[in-house]
Amino acid sequence: MFRSYVLVCGGTGCTSSNSPKVIEALENEIKAVGLQDEVKVVKTGCFGLCALGPIMIVYPEGVFYSRVKPEWIKEIVDEHLLKGRIVKKYLYQETIDGDNIKNLMHTRFYEKQTRIALHNCGVIAAEDIDEYIARGGYTALEKVLFHMQPQEVIEVVKASGLRGRGGAGFSTGMKWQFTASAEGDVKYVCCNADEGDPGAFMDRSVLEGDPHCVIEAMTIAAYAIGGSQGYVYVRAEYPIAVQRLRIALAQAREYGLLGDNIMGTGFKFDIEIRLGAGAFVCGEETALMTSIEGNRGEPRPRPPFPANKGLFAKPTLLNNVETYANITQIINNGAEWFASMGTEKSKGTKVFALGGKVVNTGLVEIPMGTPLRTVIEEIGGGCPNGKKFKAAQTGGPSGGCIPASLIDTPLDYESMAAIGSIVGSGGLIVMDEDNCMVDIAKFFLDFTVDESCGKCAPCRIGTKRIYEMLEKITSGNGTLEDIDKLEELCYQVKSASLCALGQTAPNPVLSTLNYFRDEYIAHVVDKKCPAGVCKSLLQYVIDPEKCKGCTACARQCPVGAISGTVKQPHVIDSSKCIKCGACMATCKFGAISKK
Amino acid sequence: MKTPADLAAIRVAKKHLVASRHDNMNAVRVTVGMGTCGIAAGARAVSNAFVEEIFKAGLDEKAIVVLSGCMGDCSLEPMVTVEVPGAEKVTYVKMDAAKAARVVAEHIVNNKVVTDYTK
Repeated sequence: MFRSYVLVCGGTGCTSSNSPKVIEALENEIKAVGLQDEVKVVKTGCFGLCALGPIMIVYPEGVFYSRVKPEWIKEIVDEHLLKGRIVKKYLYQETIDGDNIKNLMHTRFYEKQTRIALHNCGVIAAEDIDEYIARGGYTALEKVLFHMQPQEVIEVVKASGLRGRGGAGFSTGMKWQFTASAEGDVKYVCCNADEGDPGAFMDRSVLEGDPHCVIEAMTIAAYAIGGSQGYVYVRAEYPIAVQRLRIALAQAREYGLLGDNIMGTGFKFDIEIRLGAGAFVCGEETALMTSIEGNRGEPRPRPPFPANKGLFAKPTLLNNVETYANITQIINNGAEWFASMGTEKSKGTKVFALGGKVVNTGLVEIPMGTPLRTVIEEIGGGCPNGKKFKAAQTGGPSGGCIPASLIDTPLDYESMAAIGSIVGSGGLIVMDEDNCMVDIAKFFLDFTVDESCGKCAPCRIGTKRIYEMLEKITSGNGTLEDIDKLEELCYQVKSASLCALGQTAPNPVLSTLNYFRDEYIAHVVDKKCPAGVCKSLLQYVIDPEKCKGCTACARQCPVGAISGTVKQPHVIDSSKCIKCGACMATCKFGAISKK
Repeated sequence: MKTPADLAAIRVAKKHLVASRHDNMNAVRVTVGMGTCGIAAGARAVSNAFVEEIFKAGLDEKAIVVLSGCMGDCSLEPMVTVEVPGAEKVTYVKMDAAKAARVVAEHIVNNKVVTDYTK
């Protein structure tokens, strides 16, 4: 029996900021003061506020230590855990309210969130099935196996209004129905954990923080559609997620929650892991299944759809990790409960990976239909350094941007589509006035050129040509005609590509062209990059009024482009300048600017 | 192989592990003085007794045990305060494990202050 629990995040984010050392120090210090029978250290998954990692939460008080360093641990153990004196100086500042210490659930980051898919993430020890069970785990599976017919399960999922969280937003209940209705001697249940969008990491966090909820949901799905074998296709770049999933699968088998006779009912189902080799296209459903089959990960035309002819040409159900993470909650709490959240057509909650120019980067789960403004300004804390919000990119390389003027748009499938973007897998990259929108489009196209599998010409060649046009524009050689050609090509690639990768790849270009066409025009007509990002269009100049002739910049310049005599204004030779910005960073008088 | 009954047993046996992991702002708060004076007078045993008795009473989601520094009246240690939301804070003095059991049973379960142990 423990008096206190110290939860330390062992997710990828906090692990990279040294949380294993924090855990080690905690265990040592707790033993040193003889508290090992009173205080338990729990290694959890991601709790969301990655910007403040490593994070450490002490229960029952619920106090929140942020950016914890191993060298603080002795003081925290001696003071807080032994003597009950919370070490305020190490707490997350926002939780300190005069003499009171707020529970972290009452901070701006957490207050507006509704955690369903993430309800166990950062709360339980991810490698301990008993903690999962103690929090109500496997009650949904029990309910389904003992008290529901397969069709009843499908009806509940349909009625909940749950839609695919991987990006396309197709009705999960319908998908289950199609697979259940399909003819086949063997049916498969697959989980897409090949999370590839730059900036998105909710699937990784669910697998790292709550692997059993995915296993339980896949087993429920197998019962509903008549499946006997499951596969989780997860990227090899997620070693912690893979390891936790392996541990969880072994525990579930040991408890008879997977295998030949689940809970003694005679129902048979097991899950295997398949590692992806890091190809973005394998997140596309047909390419993913081709890859599981052992072939080169390339998409195939649909129809036939996976529900009829999927993995090994058998009926296959494929859902994304986050989609599965909602299932147990829907079974336990009912379809009406889930459908009461969100908007008319987008039910429940969605996890967004908040990144880019925002104070609180991390994972947030909000009811569908929450305005973008709430996410960026309240939960995210706005742009750092008082910069002005310019746009947000949703849906990664398949999505589009939302300009500042549309910041009140609700985040749901319909509203996003109406303004030319998508919810997608939930990546949400915030950009401020220092981001060039042409450069952003180029960044995403660089990614898709790299990741195009090459099977179909429109995607393989088209994305490359789009990238080259953007390169031409950002290097100052573009013309107005290029912009028109670029737009035309985007529509051709969209309509002619085989799979969603190519069909959505031009979206970042089209949406920036739509909302920030003036920036494109500034690049080709004025030969200027308004945000000051595109190096070829920049010029560093010294203001002779402000320059004191201190020579600091001339000494800093790596190419000797700055000349001038002491105490006289200096000048930059733009033919030599490599635009590294070292001079501007060095100048104490603010005399150097880029134009 | 675990049957639903086995899983239910695990849920009961392991519930205490996760019971406190939520927002405890509205929980009954038992604070045990853990200054040097408190520790010397046996406050550790008192805090552990509260944890166990609260668990036995099935209240581990509704009542929490936290520590504090010296409460200022060292001769009366171990001292414990019990705060029931909406009620006055009650201070108990010269506590031990047996007294802790009675405070849980009477004050926390039945909401009757144990005046024998107050100052």
